Amino acid sequence: MQLTDLTMLELAAKLAAGEASSEEATRASLARIQQVDPKVRAFLRVDEAGALAAARASDARRKSGSPASALDGVPLGLKDIFLTEGVETTAGSRILEGFVPPYDATVVRLLKEAGLPLVGKLNMDEFAMGSSNESSAFFPSHNPWDVARTPGGSSGGSAAAVAAREVFGALGTDTGGSIRQPAALTNTVGLKPTYGRVSRFGVIAFASSLDQPGPMTRTVADAAALLQVIARPDAQDATSADAPVPDYSADLEAGVRGLKLGVPREYFTEGMDPEVEAAVREALREYERLGATLVDVSLPHTKYALATYYLIAPAEASSNLARYDGVRFGLRAKDARSLRDVYALTREQGFGAEVKRRIMLGTFALSSGYYDAHYLRAQKVRTLIREDFTRAFQQVDALLSPTSPVPAFKLGEKVEDPLSMYLMDIYTLPCNLAGLPGLSVPCGFTKAGLPVGLQILGRPFDEAGLLRIARAYEREHDFFHRSAPL
Amino acid sequence: MPVSDFQPVIGLEVHAQLLTQSKIFCGCSTAFGAEPNRNTCPVCLGMPGVLPVLNQRVAEFAVRTGLALECTIRPTSVWSRKNYFYPDLPKGYQITQFDQPICEHGRLVIDTPQGEKSIRILRIHMEEDAGKSVHDAGGGQSLVDLNRAGVPLLEIVSQPDLRDADEAVEYLKAMRDVLVYLGVNDGNLEEGSFRCDANVSVMPKGSTTFGQRCELKNLNSFRFLKQAIEYEIARQVDVIESGGKVVQETRLWDVNKGVTRSMRSKEEAHDYRYFPEPDLPPLHVSAEAIDAAAKALPELPRAKLQRFTRQYGLPAYDARILTAERPLADYFEACAGHYKDYKKLSNWFLGELMRLLKEEGTPLSALRFTPAQLGELLGAVDQGMVSANAGKDVLGEMFRTGKAPSDIIAEKGLAQVSDTGAIEAVVDDILAKNAGEIEKYRAGKKQVFGFFVGQVMRAMKGKGNPALVNELLKKKLGD
Repeated sequence: MQLTDLTMLELAAKLAAGEASSEEATRASLARIQQVDPKVRAFLRVDEAGALAAARASDARRKSGSPASALDGVPLGLKDIFLTEGVETTAGSRILEGFVPPYDATVVRLLKEAGLPLVGKLNMDEFAMGSSNESSAFFPSHNPWDVARTPGGSSGGSAAAVAAREVFGALGTDTGGSIRQPAALTNTVGLKPTYGRVSRFGVIAFASSLDQPGPMTRTVADAAALLQVIARPDAQDATSADAPVPDYSADLEAGVRGLKLGVPREYFTEGMDPEVEAAVREALREYERLGATLVDVSLPHTKYALATYYLIAPAEASSNLARYDGVRFGLRAKDARSLRDVYALTREQGFGAEVKRRIMLGTFALSSGYYDAHYLRAQKVRTLIREDFTRAFQQVDALLSPTSPVPAFKLGEKVEDPLSMYLMDIYTLPCNLAGLPGLSVPCGFTKAGLPVGLQILGRPFDEAGLLRIARAYEREHDFFHRSAPL
Repeated sequence: MPVSDFQPVIGLEVHAQLLTQSKIFCGCSTAFGAEPNRNTCPVCLGMPGVLPVLNQRVAEFAVRTGLALECTIRPTSVWSRKNYFYPDLPKGYQITQFDQPICEHGRLVIDTPQGEKSIRILRIHMEEDAGKSVHDAGGGQSLVDLNRAGVPLLEIVSQPDLRDADEAVEYLKAMRDVLVYLGVNDGNLEEGSFRCDANVSVMPKGSTTFGQRCELKNLNSFRFLKQAIEYEIARQVDVIESGGKVVQETRLWDVNKGVTRSMRSKEEAHDYRYFPEPDLPPLHVSAEAIDAAAKALPELPRAKLQRFTRQYGLPAYDARILTAERPLADYFEACAGHYKDYKKLSNWFLGELMRLLKEEGTPLSALRFTPAQLGELLGAVDQGMVSANAGKDVLGEMFRTGKAPSDIIAEKGLAQVSDTGAIEAVVDDILAKNAGEIEKYRAGKKQVFGFFVGQVMRAMKGKGNPALVNELLKKKLGD
């Protein structure tokens, strides 16, 4: 047993018992990265010096009997979308290559204050636009369960690093499934909190009304513990929620007896991989055995979610990405001779194909004469989708579905077919449109040994309920004990 | 048709920087004149990851202004993004308000030669200012200063209710007075903290269909506003007279050439791709907050002017000057509590006091004497204790030292001599020394009388009571 095989809470217990130091854990993490990352390629940047300094500071606190939090000293990785003061942050884009932020994202500050050493920045689809990590401007990450396959995206680097046990946990962001889908594809737990639960300040924006940071871990309990650190109101984020933060670990073991769990029929449709469907159906039966009641529910506007998402998210992105203009930071095209050149060449050279595609989509959706038919209508449909969920949650406590319609696909398989790539998110993105919390928990493997994820969607701010439901299932299985064949 | 056969139609868009300490969406200072890019932070620099947080003072100022301009205040107004690329616009979009602005449907009353006229306000919205680009930096380079980026602005849009350049100027002046009175803006056109664009069109007189309009920019003084509108009216009439059509465009006032010239056509106009700002929730203003703001509104310039003419019996000319700025009006009223000849008090304000303030560059707030002391001085003049001329010197001394007028009169020996015997002695002496002049006077050269007065006053170092001097001279000269 290596230190890196421990979950976050197991490591925290050892640190508390004095059986290991944060420096040892951090060195173990760094060694593991050195050992397996050439195959996984989860990391864009490793901050060895910073992580070790933080680990030693943690050990000193521990020695003086004043740890900063329950997770003080547990090494963590960050998707490269979180701004880290003094450590390059690129969002997987050439246009931000060399950009060293002057400030920490709120969640980064919270992690530092809680004493977690941050070992490095994890690969991602460029500006979080993608479902396979292949739109990263630098290189794709590989799935530890089959390195020929994608770990999913856009938080693919985070999922791969956690699955490969390079870090004890990581933070990702989820705009249309970017935490849950890679979690499902890598046998990890991914939680997208309610919109507003976790601060977006210092998180590079993709689609402001959908983006939400969240934990990516090996176990449900770790996700609860990590969420506890980052979930809080933030005066620097006007969309941050004032709702009180409960103790996410308190009811973890409470089980599901007596709960009503909805099964949305629109989430079990053709196009789903039979092995994924089988694993998810088996999980549903498991919940019945555990005492929950399954309820057939309908979310009738689900079929419009993809189109709605691909108007709203690109529209917001086209505006959010206007600041990458070569004027103040990041790339400026060297051959630019005029202001127009600075804009055109910098953005031409700095953005990848998928980002350009979405900027064009979004620009079009907002254009005068098209706004009503596209953006405005999408917002109206978004309301209908939200109302679908509101009605469903009058009947049930949570909704169960597959996270991804398919298991991890081969790198390169869908690159030339953006639409089939967009379809990877059909079960995850309605949750973002409605601003709800969603979680993916491992629910088995295909015959080829590829992980399958079960998605649990809940009422606004019922992260604790989702974690409890996920934990009830996790407790019955050993999926999280299995390690990827690296 | 001559110009006089056309009816100009004008609407103004006013941009007023709000006098808040910090910017609209971050904590940076709004102070003018700092070293370039000093008053900036990641938020107003548009760094990746930053989010705006509304400075609540901005909304308070907007509500206050809306109420003063008799607007309806929207209980819920919405922020929007206006998207365009420019180096002094850090995020590539401006956060503003679009289809749901905070204030709508107001009015501002102005004076015209035909009497009072009510100009309708279409809307008032809040937005962030952009930075400044400096294009003549040398070396073919342009520089960007983002100190101004994020300074809060109100945009106040009038309906096209103005009918000539003078009305436009009158409207802009009245608007400035209101904003300055409210304490939301400093009214400085030259520094650009109070700016205005004009939409101008012409139509044949009697028509009810407006002509095609042009937007005029770079109007940074009342004079330029008037000149630019007058030029533009003539230009548009010319275009129509010569069989052409006015095209919708943005035109820049060229100060040096005294002309407006095309900046961009409708075709080149930006598609701003407005959409609701997802980083900011809609702004809610409660009925209680609106009530409280309404109760706290100060008396506005127009109402004050009318009250000054009524309550103090002042001519409109005096009242206008006295009420042009709130501190001056307040000070006048404070002094009026100590001196009841209001017209005379007004004369001292318009003359000596304003001259001193201007010459010494002293703000009213730094005055060293009290309203009671000014009242005391004016009373002393009325009672002949000190001459009007000496009174001016006393005021100057009060202004510089803050000493009481009675002390100054005593110290400087400025007390007027009203003792008939003393004056008579001097008069006799002067007449005795100037027999030749007496001859001339008696021969009918009456202007010599002034010579005698001057001589007597000089001999008395200016302290002789002028009325008594006159009276005694006339008596002695046998008139």
